[in-house]
Amino acid sequence: MSNITLVEAINLALARAMEEDESVVVLGEDVGLNGGVFRATAGLQSRFGAERVADTPLAEGLIAGMAVGMAAEGLRPVAEIQFAGFAYATIDQLLNHAGRLRHRTQGRLSCPMVLRTPCGAGIHAPEHHSESPEAMFAHIPGIRVVYPSSPSRAYGLLLAAIQDPDPVVFLEPSRLYRRFKEEVDDDGTPLPLDKAFVVREGTDVTFVAWGAMLREALDAAEELAAEGRFAEVIDLATLKPIDFETVLASVKKTGRCVVITEAPRTCSLASEISANISEQALLSLLAPVERVTAFDCVTPMFRLEEKYMPDAARIAAAARKVMEYQ
Amino acid sequence: MTVAATFEIRFTRYLQPDGREAADLPSFAADPRALVPDYRAMVFMRALDAKAVAMQRTGQIGTYASTLGKEAIDAGIGGVLRKEDVLLPSYRESGVLMLRGVSPHRTLLYWGGDERGNVFPESPRDFPFNVPIGTQLPHAAGVAYAMKLRREARVALAMCGDGATSKGDFYESLNAAGVWQLPMVVVAVNNHYAISVPRRMQSAAQTLAQKAIAAGIACEQLDGNDLIAVRDGVGRAVEKARTGGGPTLIEALTYRLSDHTTADDATRYRSAEEVAEQWKQEPILRLRSWLHAKGAWSQAEEQALAKEAAAHVQKMVQAYLETPPPGPEQMFEHLYARLPRQYAVQLAQLAEETERDVEHHAG
Repeated sequence: MSNITLVEAINLALARAMEEDESVVVLGEDVGLNGGVFRATAGLQSRFGAERVADTPLAEGLIAGMAVGMAAEGLRPVAEIQFAGFAYATIDQLLNHAGRLRHRTQGRLSCPMVLRTPCGAGIHAPEHHSESPEAMFAHIPGIRVVYPSSPSRAYGLLLAAIQDPDPVVFLEPSRLYRRFKEEVDDDGTPLPLDKAFVVREGTDVTFVAWGAMLREALDAAEELAAEGRFAEVIDLATLKPIDFETVLASVKKTGRCVVITEAPRTCSLASEISANISEQALLSLLAPVERVTAFDCVTPMFRLEEKYMPDAARIAAAARKVMEYQ
Repeated sequence: MTVAATFEIRFTRYLQPDGREAADLPSFAADPRALVPDYRAMVFMRALDAKAVAMQRTGQIGTYASTLGKEAIDAGIGGVLRKEDVLLPSYRESGVLMLRGVSPHRTLLYWGGDERGNVFPESPRDFPFNVPIGTQLPHAAGVAYAMKLRREARVALAMCGDGATSKGDFYESLNAAGVWQLPMVVVAVNNHYAISVPRRMQSAAQTLAQKAIAAGIACEQLDGNDLIAVRDGVGRAVEKARTGGGPTLIEALTYRLSDHTTADDATRYRSAEEVAEQWKQEPILRLRSWLHAKGAWSQAEEQALAKEAAAHVQKMVQAYLETPPPGPEQMFEHLYARLPRQYAVQLAQLAEETERDVEHHAG
C-alpha cells in the first residue's frame, strides 16, 4: 500500500503492466526521457528501454495509427496524447480503424490498444489544453471509453484497459492528477470495465458523474446533507458501455437524478444518460432528469474556466430544483 | 551560400512499351520462363477484373474499383513478398491479395457488400482493404515497429495511390519509418489520377518519390508497367528492409486505364486520345511481347491460358454466388471480443424485426 496521487497511480499501473507483459509498449510525445509532460510515464524508459517506451515524432494521427498497427501485429500499445485537445486528430484512426478492425475482418485481426490522454479544464492551462471530448469518443462503435476519478480507480481501470482485447480510450482528469492522495495497493488487480461505482449512498437524489466532476458531485452531496437531503453519488467510470443497471437501480430508489458533465451540453453523455432514464424508469421519476453541464461554448481560456465548468454550487442548485419539483 | 543538401531520384525501366529491352536485365530475368508465373497472374487479374466490372453492371456486386493497368505492380509485389511479411493494401490491391493466396472470390464478396471479403484465411496477418485514403500507412509503421522490436526478419509493405501522397498520414508515416529505421516499404502507385484530379494538381514536386527525401529515407521511381522493373525495385527495397537497411518509398508509374470505380465516368475529365496513348504502354502486352521475343511464350500457351483464366473466373463467381448472405446479427459479431451486455436490447430489437420480416414474407 502506498499513499499516492492519481498521476502516480497511472505510472504505477503502466510499470506493472510493462513488467508483467512484455508486449506492452508505451508511445507518445515526450513520454521517454522527459517522462511525459505530466510525468505519467516518469522512469519507465530507464526501466524498460527506449524501444518499449518510445518518444514519437510529433504527429497525433501517426501515434494513434501506429498503435493500431502495433496492436494488430500482437503488441499491446499504450499511446499517450499530450492533451485531449490534440486528440481530435486521432478520431480518424479510432473511428475508421481501431473500433472496426475486429469487426471488418470478422475477428481475424484485433486492436488491443489504449489511448491515454489528460482531459478537462481547471488547471489554468493555455488554449486547447482543457477540452472534454468524451462524448465524441463514446459515439464510436467498437471501442471503450474509461474516465477514472481517483488514484485507486485510475490504477485498476488502467490495468483493465491494457488487458482488454479491444481498443480503450482512457481519459485522465488532469485537474485531479495531483489534487489528492489515496492508498493504492500495487497488487495488479484490475477493476471491471463495465461497472459504475456507488461512492456515496443516499435516498433523495442520484448524482451521476465521472472524472473531475465526481469531486464536485461529492462536495454538493456534502452541502445538501447539511440541509437534511441525501444524495446518492455514482462514479460512472466507464463511459462506453455505460452500466445503466447501477444508474437505474439508484434512480428507481431516489426518484430523482442529476447528471453532471464537464463537456458542452448538446449531445453530451448527460443527454444520453437522461434519455435512457426517461425510457427505462419514467414511472419511478418524481421530477425530470436534470443535466448539469458546461455551456455550449468554446472551452474558454482559463480566466473564465471556473465560470464555464460545473461546480458543487451548480450541482446543488440542480438538486434542489429536482427535489422541489411539483 | 553553400549547398546544404542535394538529391537525385533514380528511375528504373528494363522493358520498353514494345517489349524490347531498355537496359541489362537483372539476374532473376536471365531465364524468361521464370517470369511466366507472373505473366499468368497478370492475365488472371485482368480476367477477374473484367468480370467484376461486368458483375457490377448487371447488379451482382456494388461499386467496384478496377485494377486495369496496374497488373505488373500487383504481380511484382506479390512475387517478392514472403508469406510472413505483412501487406497493407489500399482498396485497389485485389491483384496482390490474390498472390498472397487470398481467394479472389473474397474481392467479389468485399465489393458485394459483405464483411467476409476481408477475411483472408490464407494470409491472416495482412490488413484488410483500406478505403480511407492513406490511413493504412501509419498502421504499416506500427506493424514494422512491432517486427523490429521483436527482431524479426519481416517486412511491412503498404500500398497507396498518388492522391494519398498529399495526405499528412503519408508523410507522418515515412517520417516515423525514417526515425526508427523501420522494416517498411511504401509503394505509391502513381496512376496519374485521384478520381478526376490529375497528378499535377496533387503536388508541384517533380516526382512523388522525392517526398521521401524530406523524411530522410531511400526512394526511387520505377516504371510500374514493367514487371521486371517492379520486381527489381520492390525486391531490392524489401530485402533491404528485411536485413535491417531501413525503409524505402517507391513511386511506381502507371496509368489508370479504367474509371476510378464503376461509379465514375472518366470521360468527364480526360480525353479518349490520352487513354488510347496509354494503352500502348500497358503492362500485359509489354511482358507478353518480351516473352514472345525470347521464345518463352507461345501463341498456343496464350490460348490455353485464356481458357484457364475464364474457367478460374467462373469458379470464383460461383464461390461468390454460393456464399449465403450474412445474417443481420453479423452487424454485432466481432464488434468486441465479447459483446458487452448493454447490447442485449439492440440485439433483441434486431431479432424481433428480422422475425417480423420473415413472417411478413411468409404471409
